[in-house]
Amino acid sequence: MKNIDSLLYFTPEILLVIFAVAVILLDLVAKNRESSAVAHLSLVGCICTFAAVLFIHFSFGDEGPISLFLGMIRLDAFSSFFKILLLLATAATILFSLRSEELDARLKGEYYALLLALTLGMFLMASSTNLLMIFISLETVSLTSYILAGFLTHSPRSSEAAFKYITYGAVASGTMLFGLSFLFGMTGTGDLAQIAGRLTELLAAGDITPLAVLIAITFVLAGVGYKIASVPFHMWSPDVYEGAPIPITAFLSVASKSAGFALFIRFFYAGFGSTELMQAVDWPFMLAIVSALTMTVGNLAALPQQNVKRLLAYSSIAHGGYLLMGGVLLSAEGVGAILFYLVVYLFMNLGAFYVVVLVANEIGSEMIDGYRGLSSRAPLVAVAMMIFLFSLTGIPPVAGFFGKWILFTAVLEQGYYWLALVGLLNSVVSLYYYARIVKAMFFEEADEEADRVSFSTGTFALLSVFVIPTIFIGFLNIFYTFSNISASVMPIQ
Amino acid sequence: MLLSLMIFIPLLGMIVVLLLPRESEELVKRVTLLFTLIPLALAVYLFITYDRSTAGTQFFHGPVPWIDAFNIQYHVGVDGLSVTLLLLTALLGPICVIASWRNIEKGIKAYMALFLLLETGMLGFFAALDLFLFYVFFELTLLPMYFLIGVWGGPRREYAAIKFFLYTLFGSVLMLVAMIAVYLNSNIVNGVAEGLRTFDIPTLITLAATQGHALADPGFQMWVFVGFFIGFAVKVPIFPFHTWLPDAHVEAPTAISVILAGILLKMGTYGLVRVNMAMFPQGLAHFTDGTGFWGNSLALLGFINIVYGSFCALAQTDFKKLVAYSSIGHMGFVILGLAARNDSGITGAILQMFNHGVISAMLFLLVGVLYDRAHHREINGFGGLGTRMPIYTGITTLAFMASLGLPGLSGFVGEALSLLGAYDKFKFLTILSTIGIVVGAAYFLWTLQRVFLGTLNPKYEALPEINGREILTLVPLGILTIVLGVWPNFAIDMFRESVTNLIDVLHAI
Repeated sequence: MKNIDSLLYFTPEILLVIFAVAVILLDLVAKNRESSAVAHLSLVGCICTFAAVLFIHFSFGDEGPISLFLGMIRLDAFSSFFKILLLLATAATILFSLRSEELDARLKGEYYALLLALTLGMFLMASSTNLLMIFISLETVSLTSYILAGFLTHSPRSSEAAFKYITYGAVASGTMLFGLSFLFGMTGTGDLAQIAGRLTELLAAGDITPLAVLIAITFVLAGVGYKIASVPFHMWSPDVYEGAPIPITAFLSVASKSAGFALFIRFFYAGFGSTELMQAVDWPFMLAIVSALTMTVGNLAALPQQNVKRLLAYSSIAHGGYLLMGGVLLSAEGVGAILFYLVVYLFMNLGAFYVVVLVANEIGSEMIDGYRGLSSRAPLVAVAMMIFLFSLTGIPPVAGFFGKWILFTAVLEQGYYWLALVGLLNSVVSLYYYARIVKAMFFEEADEEADRVSFSTGTFALLSVFVIPTIFIGFLNIFYTFSNISASVMPIQ
Repeated sequence: MLLSLMIFIPLLGMIVVLLLPRESEELVKRVTLLFTLIPLALAVYLFITYDRSTAGTQFFHGPVPWIDAFNIQYHVGVDGLSVTLLLLTALLGPICVIASWRNIEKGIKAYMALFLLLETGMLGFFAALDLFLFYVFFELTLLPMYFLIGVWGGPRREYAAIKFFLYTLFGSVLMLVAMIAVYLNSNIVNGVAEGLRTFDIPTLITLAATQGHALADPGFQMWVFVGFFIGFAVKVPIFPFHTWLPDAHVEAPTAISVILAGILLKMGTYGLVRVNMAMFPQGLAHFTDGTGFWGNSLALLGFINIVYGSFCALAQTDFKKLVAYSSIGHMGFVILGLAARNDSGITGAILQMFNHGVISAMLFLLVGVLYDRAHHREINGFGGLGTRMPIYTGITTLAFMASLGLPGLSGFVGEALSLLGAYDKFKFLTILSTIGIVVGAAYFLWTLQRVFLGTLNPKYEALPEINGREILTLVPLGILTIVLGVWPNFAIDMFRESVTNLIDVLHAI
């Protein structure tokens, strides 16, 4: 589709830009720089964008996937799904930030404008179908994330986090760009849908060696793996997660990972998933190894952590590993399982981080010790945290179990018994560190002078927004929807 | 419908309890008692009206479609084996609530709510006829148990709780892999996929006995048998997966120990019968056909449990730990009886499951009574209590005698039948297993002597006699012990047809 015609379908992204600019302008003219008007404006932006995404999906979704801007990005059920997921995460992050006490009140305008820009980048990541666009969207996300990670200007840890993030990010995107240039050089096109076909022809004709393709894919994996924090590109994430403001950590662990997986699925499943190509280059096996390593490293490293944020960072690495299993399979079920797990993960992980925000505000601690006796000081918050943590472990009957169940069923269906076994044993390991927080909250007594902590009704309302889906999503009969969404990502033949 | 009502009434009770004000502790206890008495009444009704002349499942509800994408259904029903264990579960429910009446000091509301959740999990597990539902209920018991041990337990409760949780979860994930493998193969006949996959247990049992079906493949059956077996073995517990049990028992509050020994261990053996034996007869045959090492392995594990558990019990000086190890020993008879795969072996094993549920519940209640008074459980620290607490001594003696297998009390019948059945197949192991009975008599009699006979320790001259509330918890169990000792057919009639049916399945291969 031509550029002018595409604009209509691009309304959600345009809305995000408008609101980001509006936030900056409002911040400039506002008399009281500490008011939360900018936050509310960005929230309104999210809601408008949300409505636009839904409207466009339901008005034009029936016509099948639409290629926009001369094939640069694509509008399909898959990208709409991710846009909704990302907007939920953004809205939640804005609400967390409103309640967070660690953010610098004078920099609110920049903060929320950057958050909206970050969301825009992730929207593009979820819908790019051209190598160039993929790289640009990835960079948009990375650059804004660097600034947000370092947003606590008074905290050396935050600056360190931002610096580490930049260093790793620069290397990873450089490597990825190198890989992309290989692909472009071999095929002469940036269009994902054509690359696989060209490569197959070239391989069949003997013009290129499989090794060249493998190198290109591995280099691209460096960029994607960095976004989803898979081994060996995960080293940045614990430090960044620990140093960044808690709302940003929550956002990175959920939204950034989701966008990374959107890109991953589009690139590997839709782009390189053809049987002929895999006969030449067995990249799924490479991914299986990466997946097994990612979850094992994440879980083992989480075991000794004392800082809850850092612990959740490692746990989020491990969850990246579980999700990658779905990517190994190259089946609609596998991708559907990833999508469903991402939804469950959104609620349980954001919920857990919300509790971290609450505890950091009221008790002033991010360490597990600070959670001691929380069950008597704030019983409802402790119970909510317990539900999130057991959902992250995957204990029935909460949603995390159903997410894992679908993922492991898909893995076993493809005959990867060893991978499923590694994944399941990892869940057992993960119980140990999640249970350490539960133990502190329920089994240990708080200090003598600690009193009950009371929270506002709004806090409980927001908490229940995460708790209720975490309990009930699994019981809903909605898995078919996810397989259907995953089918829409395939290129039109 | 009746069955579903019975399963979910405790869950409803949990919600009601959670809505009650925190201060009204008496009300919380009474409401909990009410919500455990209703399932008991229903269980008695099921037990009486159950048609003993057929083996088929009765009182079923469903199948109601639940998660279409995986053909998961809500399907419950009972056969002779499950109705017996449901009665046991429903009976121990109110008994445990009464036993917790006075000695739970903090958070009684949360305690009772968790207890009711636990009861729903247990009742649902014994009634589930859909493998997925079965697994969900199996796991549903984990969380309440973890908190009940971890919050209300003894000094090392945190360690015991997480150990229990980790061990069981480890077993469960292997079971999960096996379960998914069964599901994925449930529609493959002669290498071709046809129709829908299923989790329905009765259907799966039929399919696993169908010639040419993927589930009937001996190699496949062997592997999934192992997966399920480890899951259940942790729960039973079978050596070498037993080490969580003494810790959990010692730290758990009395009522929770009762549930642990009375019901949770039975969940393991029930699973072995319901899934491992009925669904994978060829897998079972591989481990019990008496040829080679693997052919004797299940009986060998039973033997190790009996002898090792008994000798460990002999070495204990902590009263509760002694009872915990004796449980390991007595569960060995169940394994041995099941390994025999014949009528008397399986009947004995199932009877032993029920009897052990009753007797070990009594034993743990009795230990609790003494601990509440003396605040320690050191066997050597007592002496001569017989003169001070004659009624308590009498009931304890009854429980000890029943547990060590005195003819005329229930413990004897189950063990004798198990051994009788096993002697047919595994003569040598069975003869060696009887060592366990001798050692069992030794540690119980020795304990009796150390605690109740001799001169009264002057420290305990003022020890109050067992009170009415405690007697109330023990009497129903005591009566069952005597009734089942002289009239075992009272229970055996319930599951005779189910056992015959199971043996037909086992011999059809």
